[in-house]
Amino acid sequence: MHPVLRTVIQRLGLGLLTLLIVSIIIFSSLELLPGDFARAILGQSATPETVAAFQKELGLDRPATARYFEWIGNVLRGDFGTSFSGRSGGTAGSVRQVSDLIEPRLYNTLFLAAMTAIIAVPLALTLGIMAALYRNSWFDRAVNAMTLTTISFPEFFVAYILMLLLAVTFPIFPSLANVSDSTPFWERVLRCMLPAITLTLVIVAHMMRMTRAAIINLLASPYIEMAQLKGVSRTNVIVHHALPNAWAPIVNVIAFNLAYLIVGVVVVEVVFVYPGIGQLMVDSVTSRDIPVVQACALIFAATYILLNLFADVISIVTNPRLLHPR
Amino acid sequence: MNTKSKQDGGREKGAVLLEMRDVTIDGYSDDRWHPIIKGVDVTLKRGEVMGMIGESGAGKSTLGLAAMGFARPGCKITGGTIMFDGIDLLAISETERRALHGSRIAYVAQSAAAAFNPAHQLMNQTIESAVSHGIMPKADAEADAKKLFADLQLPDPDNIGYRYPHQVSGGQLQRAMTAMAMSSRPDLIIFDEPTTALDVTTQVEVLAAMREIVDRFHTAAIYITHDLAVVAQMADKIKVLRYGNQVEEADTRKMLKSPQEEYTKTLWAVRSLFKEEEKNDDVVLRMHEVDASYGGDVKVLHDVTIQVPRGRTVAIVGESGSGKSTAARVITGLLPPMKGEVYFNGKPLPPALKDRSKEQLQRIQMIYQMADTAMNPRHTVRDIIGRPLEFYLGLRGAERDRRVVELLELIELNEDFIDRLPSELSGGQKQRICIARALAAEPDVIICDEVTSALDQIVQEGILKLLLRLQSEFNITYLFITHDIATVEAISDEIVVMFQGGVVEQGPKSKILNAPFPPYTELLLSSVPQMDPDWLDTLLAERAKKGDELMKASG
Amino acid sequence: MSTETDQGYSAAAEVGAVRARRTVWENMWRGLKKAPLTAWFGLIVIFCYCFVAVFAGLLAPYGESQVFDVPYAPWSDEYTFGTDQLGRDMLTRLIYGARNTIGIAVATTLLSFAVGGGLGVLATIQRGWFDQILSRAVDVLMAIPSLIFALMLLSIFGSTILNLIIIIAILDATRVFRLARAVAMNVVVMDYVEAAKLRGEGLGWIMRKEIIPNIMPPLVAEFGLRFCFVFLTISALSFLGVGIQPPTADWGSMVRENATLITYGDITPLLPAGAIALLTVAVNFVVDWFLHKTSGLRDEH
Repeated sequence: MHPVLRTVIQRLGLGLLTLLIVSIIIFSSLELLPGDFARAILGQSATPETVAAFQKELGLDRPATARYFEWIGNVLRGDFGTSFSGRSGGTAGSVRQVSDLIEPRLYNTLFLAAMTAIIAVPLALTLGIMAALYRNSWFDRAVNAMTLTTISFPEFFVAYILMLLLAVTFPIFPSLANVSDSTPFWERVLRCMLPAITLTLVIVAHMMRMTRAAIINLLASPYIEMAQLKGVSRTNVIVHHALPNAWAPIVNVIAFNLAYLIVGVVVVEVVFVYPGIGQLMVDSVTSRDIPVVQACALIFAATYILLNLFADVISIVTNPRLLHPR
Repeated sequence: MNTKSKQDGGREKGAVLLEMRDVTIDGYSDDRWHPIIKGVDVTLKRGEVMGMIGESGAGKSTLGLAAMGFARPGCKITGGTIMFDGIDLLAISETERRALHGSRIAYVAQSAAAAFNPAHQLMNQTIESAVSHGIMPKADAEADAKKLFADLQLPDPDNIGYRYPHQVSGGQLQRAMTAMAMSSRPDLIIFDEPTTALDVTTQVEVLAAMREIVDRFHTAAIYITHDLAVVAQMADKIKVLRYGNQVEEADTRKMLKSPQEEYTKTLWAVRSLFKEEEKNDDVVLRMHEVDASYGGDVKVLHDVTIQVPRGRTVAIVGESGSGKSTAARVITGLLPPMKGEVYFNGKPLPPALKDRSKEQLQRIQMIYQMADTAMNPRHTVRDIIGRPLEFYLGLRGAERDRRVVELLELIELNEDFIDRLPSELSGGQKQRICIARALAAEPDVIICDEVTSALDQIVQEGILKLLLRLQSEFNITYLFITHDIATVEAISDEIVVMFQGGVVEQGPKSKILNAPFPPYTELLLSSVPQMDPDWLDTLLAERAKKGDELMKASG
Repeated sequence: MSTETDQGYSAAAEVGAVRARRTVWENMWRGLKKAPLTAWFGLIVIFCYCFVAVFAGLLAPYGESQVFDVPYAPWSDEYTFGTDQLGRDMLTRLIYGARNTIGIAVATTLLSFAVGGGLGVLATIQRGWFDQILSRAVDVLMAIPSLIFALMLLSIFGSTILNLIIIIAILDATRVFRLARAVAMNVVVMDYVEAAKLRGEGLGWIMRKEIIPNIMPPLVAEFGLRFCFVFLTISALSFLGVGIQPPTADWGSMVRENATLITYGDITPLLPAGAIALLTVAVNFVVDWFLHKTSGLRDEH
């Protein structure tokens, strides 16, 4: 088998294994719940019968392995079970499907993340490459100091400063990002502007520093000096000699930061009251709605793992040593 | 082979091609600029080869690059003029300079493995400058490159260009890089230590190929190296640099016969040492039919038997991959052998380090190649030398310190050094401290793993003399691992030649270094450059003759 | 003895990078004098925060959860930064917040270093299955974003301060483990460690004398960075309402509780947020300088 194919398959296998173990960890969180949990969910007025019925519904009387396979099987079909919320008082009528809760919010979160990525990734790569090419210039120093500062700021600090400046003092954008299914596209973009800018600032700072470091590392290679000494033009040194070797580090930087983005999204959604999956997860943590928390955690973790897997695969298929074996 | 060209002081020369006057270069470190080159002149005529020689920190690479009008990041040319064929390299624009690079002035880097771009085939990189400077169309350049590959005796010259750098060996890459430099037929090539990373037997082939092609195209060259014997084969004249200053410049033959400066002589200091060999039948250490591997099926050593007589020096010589360092790991117990045994004073040693007694460990000590990494940077000299005194001999406090001072005096340092950290010592002093640490254990055998190869010649000489003196005073046995034949001559009584994990032969120095030789020993010994400008010519002629005889015998 | 060396060559006089020897304190002071403005700024800020945290009880004008009848009072002489949504003095809460937020973050970082650093160094020395199991476990734990993991665990175990410290410390220990292991690996392969093994030294001696002193500089820098990360994570969790719980004064939850004021153009909620930002900036500046300094020392060799 070709070494590239073999390495890619190995890496994919490892990624799937990680996903499997992570899903087991997330599933077992339900097992760790304290014994009186059902009563806490159902409220003080719940009768012993309703508590027993609820526990049976959760299947706590069956072995955990059987329930895990049932759960993961359903998850793969898009069914995350039923929410704990609305159980209080013992009325089973208002029970809601977790997938129904998640679906519209997942769309919203992906919308915000995509919007941020479209702004942040090109901006960060450009700034990072420029800082690397003109390193130790005033531009580099200024950008370096600014990014070091931005990295140190909590996301909500950046968010509220922007809100104060761009929504209150100068009312350019709406301060809250309340969107719904019926919001037209451009209106949605406008309302998402502040959260997107907040996330962009945070991501760009990280990503730019990493890009700069990766490019400087690359430009220090002897083969780049050799290309210069061969009289290759500045553009060609970058395009022909640096770029083919830069894909792996750059894709790694992008993947790392997109993965970072999905974490940053949680706080930003709460600040701007944006109906996304991060907001949902925080609410569910507060109300200890475990099935929803599990579903959100699984979605976040899977995205994170898949992004890193993607970066690894790109590094493998652009590695000349693997592409052209001896 | 153009052998006549080296007679009578060199090749046919033309008008002045490169003229550097009073060049000064600064380098940036510790938050300030320091002078690296302090006013050096260079004059080079067309078709002339200048050797540029000096030890680490002499500034020879920096000066070589300056001949192209180039300064590495962190360096800047601060003064002087650099005229190349009537063009002032420091006055012209970046673009004009770039037009000269790769077309009229080319560069051959030290490590070809790092200097070739891993993402492109050799061919594209070889013809890049010729094509991009518009010297030749692509098809012609490729055809020409194949001819150059053939001239440089690369295997399969028609196809090797379509391979990637990691698919060919280091020696082949170095030759391909010479083809790359030559592809646009430059007027001047800068060779920056092009053979330093190669084994001696590979070095000979690369040297011969480079010299031949430079001769053929009548190219001027600057050849940078720290090895005078190598440069003697290549250069018409030699310039000696030290700490960024010129020491002297002379024609090659004159320089070798009668150097004017004391410093120049120290550049071959080790070659002036020679130990009279002595015999001893009392074997202190013996490796018996040892096989070893680092896990897996690949044997790094097979059937190795080595005998070490007491109070003598046995040198293990071989190229990289010959297994000489692995042999040391087996003796010390770091790598328990798969088969065979190590005997010390006639009794077998436990194979693994952890099973050996303190007494057994004390008897065999080790000195490493890189003194830098062999000493804990956070321990003082007192800790470093004092620890084996505490550990093996139970010395404490003042008694221990007194012994540390004695040991310092033994290695020609004094008690002022006792509180220094390794970072406050020079390279030679560090290696001396390591010797003192080994000596502190009062061992029978010291294993020396390439202990001088990272040091400058004059420092090497000092260390070798010290080791010899200690041997005669304390009757210590050395097992001396090295790839350098001059060092072997300077220190050994017996020699073990190793090749690909096996022992080729073992015997007294006088026997091993004199004919008749087994084939590999002959190849190895004959490949070591000598301080004779005609050495390479003679060697190539001999090898050609032998090749013809072989052809006749087989045909 | 020196008759052996000719040409006046002497080993003791050999030229080399020989520096005068100084004590640790002299070195530290010299380093500080050369430190850039940003590092000085960082050090002073960190010192002030520590001072406020230690003497919170003396500096604060009122009690930590003392409630006045005036919620959302504006800035005045009586209430320097006004009062919060329940009528508690903002300045007082800010001062106590320093003690609580920094204290919890420091405790968490220390715990994560004790666990992660200890296991990391142990894994390097033990190697074998011990290292394998720990490393794979860390790989899996790091495959889940730590904020998400923390949210999930808090939903199960509940948001008490002890749970918070343990959960964050363990999640963060994975990163410390990786770093400590990587740094220690670089030291373990050094010839001086091999030399100690060949001498017959025990594992304990090798750990104490050869490895730990040499991995301290990167670990100290990492401590600063990890502290920032932990501090920001805990603040974020508190801000989300699942971290430090009322009535304990804490900067993250103070921002959350008073956030609505922003929409009226009142910058009071930015004060606790700014307090967080200023400390992390200060620590980052100091770490940046420290890293530059220690890596600069390496260049000299």
